[in-house]
This record gives sequence, structure tokens and C-alpha cells, in this order.
Amino acid sequence: MFDTLPLGWLQLKHQKLRLLSAILGITFAVILIFVQLEFREALFVSAVRYHSGLDYDLVMVSPRTQYLISAKEFPRNRLYQAQGIPGVSAVTPIYSRLANWRNPIDRSSSRSIFVLGFDPSDRGFSRILTPQAHDEIKIPDQVIFDRMGRDEYGPVADLMSEKKSVSTEVNDREVTVTSLYAIGTSFGLDGGMITSDLNFLRMFPKDKKTSITIGLIHLNAGENPQQAQTRIRSAIPTDVLLLTREQFMELEKSYWNNTTPIGYIFAFGAIIGVIVGLIIVYQILFADVQDHLPEYATLKAMGYSQGYLRNVVLQQAIILGILGFLPGLGLSILVFEQAAGATRLPLDMSTESALQIFTLTVAMCAGSGLLTLRKLRGIDPAEVF
Amino acid sequence: MAGEAPIALQDVSYTYGKGVRQKQILFDISTSVQAGEIIILTGPSGSGKTTLLTLMGALRSAQQGSVKVLGQELKNAREKTQLQVRRQIGYIFQAHNLLDSLTISQNVRMALQLGRTKRSESKQRITEVLERVGLGAHIDKYPGELSGGQKQRAGIARALVNRPRVILADEPTASLDKQSGRDVVELIQELAREDGAAVVLVTHDNRILDVADRILHLEDGRMRSLTEAVSEGTSRMLNLL
Repeated sequence: MFDTLPLGWLQLKHQKLRLLSAILGITFAVILIFVQLEFREALFVSAVRYHSGLDYDLVMVSPRTQYLISAKEFPRNRLYQAQGIPGVSAVTPIYSRLANWRNPIDRSSSRSIFVLGFDPSDRGFSRILTPQAHDEIKIPDQVIFDRMGRDEYGPVADLMSEKKSVSTEVNDREVTVTSLYAIGTSFGLDGGMITSDLNFLRMFPKDKKTSITIGLIHLNAGENPQQAQTRIRSAIPTDVLLLTREQFMELEKSYWNNTTPIGYIFAFGAIIGVIVGLIIVYQILFADVQDHLPEYATLKAMGYSQGYLRNVVLQQAIILGILGFLPGLGLSILVFEQAAGATRLPLDMSTESALQIFTLTVAMCAGSGLLTLRKLRGIDPAEVF
Repeated sequence: MAGEAPIALQDVSYTYGKGVRQKQILFDISTSVQAGEIIILTGPSGSGKTTLLTLMGALRSAQQGSVKVLGQELKNAREKTQLQVRRQIGYIFQAHNLLDSLTISQNVRMALQLGRTKRSESKQRITEVLERVGLGAHIDKYPGELSGGQKQRAGIARALVNRPRVILADEPTASLDKQSGRDVVELIQELAREDGAAVVLVTHDNRILDVADRILHLEDGRMRSLTEAVSEGTSRMLNLL
């Protein structure tokens, strides 16, 4: 048909108050969906900050390790065994544990902090630490502090910009922060510090030097990680887990998603958002169709088909979806800016996820529209006389 | 199709409901309406005149007998045929039935865009038809801003914009005062004559019977001549006195 009047839009526009309340309702649902899905995404991105920050081709962990912060110990010898296998160029044993950090300003307040220890002459931390920082931790009781950690650790970064170093106690041992790195927090991690293997063992005197929690494996250039993985696996005992980068990150994500209720809660929250949106749009469209039933019957009497009326209702649903999505997007961005500042979680909305949620919103509205259509089926044009 | 009446009914019966609740509402109606002819359909409420009108308007499927409108048989017609016939008919509703969220000209356009008018002509057509019914000054107003008579005129403009060959009107004067009712009927008459359309007008309103070329009287679903009906009514009245 040529130049047809956009009846659905004209009807929506005619009742401005109802249109406004519909848009507000959908905006609310959109924000709910955005926040839930974005927090869920942030959970996953933040959970693998160290996994993606470290430099390695394969990683060795204990089979009992479920997630990074509570990585379990395994014999360091397994890693050295892997070093002898063709294709492997180097290995980096890493010690990791939660330690007790005292706030350098208020020493009565303490908080647990994630500590990594490695031999500064090994490879693996070049993307996180400067070469200078590598040298600094060779000196006893010197550590590098994550400036993206939570504020409860004290204003370490501010103090560092005033003087060269900050001293405090970790596990009741006096240590000195000589420089900073930037990794950030996650749901299980408030903050971290990195030091040498020797300094690490000074903080944890009961730990055995021969037990490590993470083993980084570097392969020769051009080596295929999957093939090397198979080769190493067949050569060493099966009491350790050998993972590629992707598998290591997947292990962490699946812990937060499946083993903790956190992933589930956010997914559930998003589903609630969709349901709330569905109900709101359905209510609005239903009331709208109900009000216009005599008009639709008139149109049918004039010769408009059922299909035309269906399109009018779907048109309204999709317009509502678009009009509700845009303010929802804007407000969500504001919410994320606030929340990212407060939590230091990676809450930057990607275009991709915005598009996904846009599709979801329009689908939600169209779904409500389809539910409303059942009402239309009963229209008898003979009733208008 | 030449010479064929735009509306031709043959032995039409119609029954509502099923089983014990079944109620026959029309009995063996036969009549036809010629082009340019104005028929007024009268009768007490419940006599079946609205049912008859909806059968002619392809809003119901005829069950028995033959209903031919514009050459199309509507007995057991499919939805598609019904829609096709509806688009060629101009309806004037009892309550104007304009769409509240559209302006007067948009309301007329809703009817026009069902027809075959080209886009370039449509604006002119709408203006023309609204001027013809005396609403030239109200083209961009919403129905809510018009009086009852003006709304009914807008409804007529909508019904006539496609120059239909059949016009059906259900109590077009019911909600109007005497003068606007008279104006509206005369307007229908004038436009029907100009376009040579077949007109069927259902009404209770005795004041407008004079515009008809022929009056059909329905009582209990059966067609009776007006003289019979009038004489019976008069004798009953006399008895009462």
C-alpha cells in the first residue's frame, strides 16, 4: 500500500500520558536488565584480570584449584619436569596466598590482600610490572601494590605520589611499597600485591619452598599450545592440571557462574527485568487495544484485514520498545559510571551488549504485542452496527 | 454485470445461535436495490433490520438464500471476498465511529487508502469531499473538537470518498437533533444521486421517510408493505381510543 497512515503511532501519540507511563515502565525494565547483565559481565571480566594480565602459553595448577584466589598447592617439581619437554622454552613458578594487610595510616585496621610471589628473573609479569619494579622486589621486604584496589587498604597511591615509598605490615612483617601496578578488583578480590618468591616466603614462613600454586609455561615461538599441552600431559604425572589460557579463564568463569550463586542471581535478575517489561508493555497495549476495539471493528467493517490490525499492534509494541530503550540506555550509562567509581569493577558498556539488550527489549515488546493479539481475534465487525 | 442490481437478495433467512437457543431472525427476504435508488428500511427494534443491513454489508455470511452485492455472492463467502466487497461499500454508522486519534482528514484518508486513488490525487480528493459535506474549515481538527452533526458529516465524507456504488447507513440521524438530522439525510440523498449509488438507510426516524424512493418495512423478520403496517397500526390505535 502507498503512503499508509502510521495508525499505531498516531494512536499512541494521541494519549500522551499513557505513552509517557508506558515509556517510563519500559525504561525501568531496560535499566533493570542492563544493570543485571552488566554486573554479570563485569563479574566475568574482573574474575580473569590476572589470567589475562599475566604472560604465558600454558598454565599448571592443582586439580583441587577452583578459582585463583584460593589456588591450591602442587609440587614445584612438576613444573620443572615440564621444562625439560621439547617446545617449552621457560617456566615460572608462582606462589600465591591471601595475606593480612594493615592500613598504613590506621594500623589498627587490617584487610586480607592477594599476594603473588615469583622469581623476578623469570618471565610472565612483564605486562603488569615495569623492569624497574622487577628489580625493586629483589630487595628484601619490598613489594609492588595494586593501586586499583579498594580504598580500605589506605591511600597508598596518594602517599606514593608524595614520597617515594610507603611502609606497613603484612602478616606482622614490616614491608615497603616501592611502586604500583594496576589490575583492579573483582567479586572475590579486593586488592593485591606482587613481590619476589623469597619475600613471599618471608611473609609466609611456614610455607614450603617446594610447593607452588601457579606454574606458568612459556613455549618456543610458533609452537601450538594445544599440541604442546598434549605432549606435556603424556610426559608428567596426572596429579596436576595443564590448561591453555582460554581453559584457565574458563575454569575461573565457570566457578563464579556455576559454583557460586552470583552468576545465577544476576541472570535471574535480568530475567525478572524481562518479565517486568513484558507485563508492563502487555498492560499498556492491552488497555490500548481494549479502548480501541470499537475503532478496530469499524476498520474491519470498512475492509481492513486482521493482518492490518495485527501490524498496528505490533507497530505500537516496537515503537514502545524503541522509545523505552533509549532513556533506559542513557540512565544505565549514568548508573554504571557511578557504580564503576564505587566498586572499581569493569562496568563499561560495550556496543555489542547494548545492541543485544536493544534486541531483547524489542523482542520483549513484540512478545507482549503478540499476547495482546488474542484480544483482537474476537473482533466482530457486525457489532459496530 | 450490466443491468444487474448492485444489491440483490433472494429468499434470505438468518438464524442466531444453535440448538434450543436457536432463534430465526429473518424469513425469506427477497428484494433488490437499483443504482441511484434510495431505500429506507424501517421496523421496530428486534425486527431484524440491522441483521439484514450487516448481511448486505458483508459483515456476516448469509446462511440461506442468496445475497449478491456488486455481483459477488456473499453466501458462505470467504473472508477475502468479504473484505473485497466491504472495501467497495460506503458505510455510515449510527455513532459516527471516527477514529479519535486521527484528524478528520486522516480519518477520511483511512478509507481512501483502501481504494485505488493515486497519492498525488489523494489530498485533493480528501479536501473535495470534506468541502462537499461542509467541513472544509475543520480538516485538521480531531473528532473530539467537533459537534455531533459535524462528526456525522465527517463519517459521511469517509463513507463517500471512494465514490462507492453501494451506501449503507444505520440510523445516521439517531444521535442528531431535528435540523442536523435533516441536513445529514439530504446530504446523503444529494451525494447518492450525483454518484448514482444504491442506498439502504435503516431508520426509526419518521421525519426522514420522504427522501426514500421505496420504503421496506420489517416486522418479526418478515417483509411487509408499509400500507399494511400503517393500517394495522392505525386500527390498533383507534381500538385503544
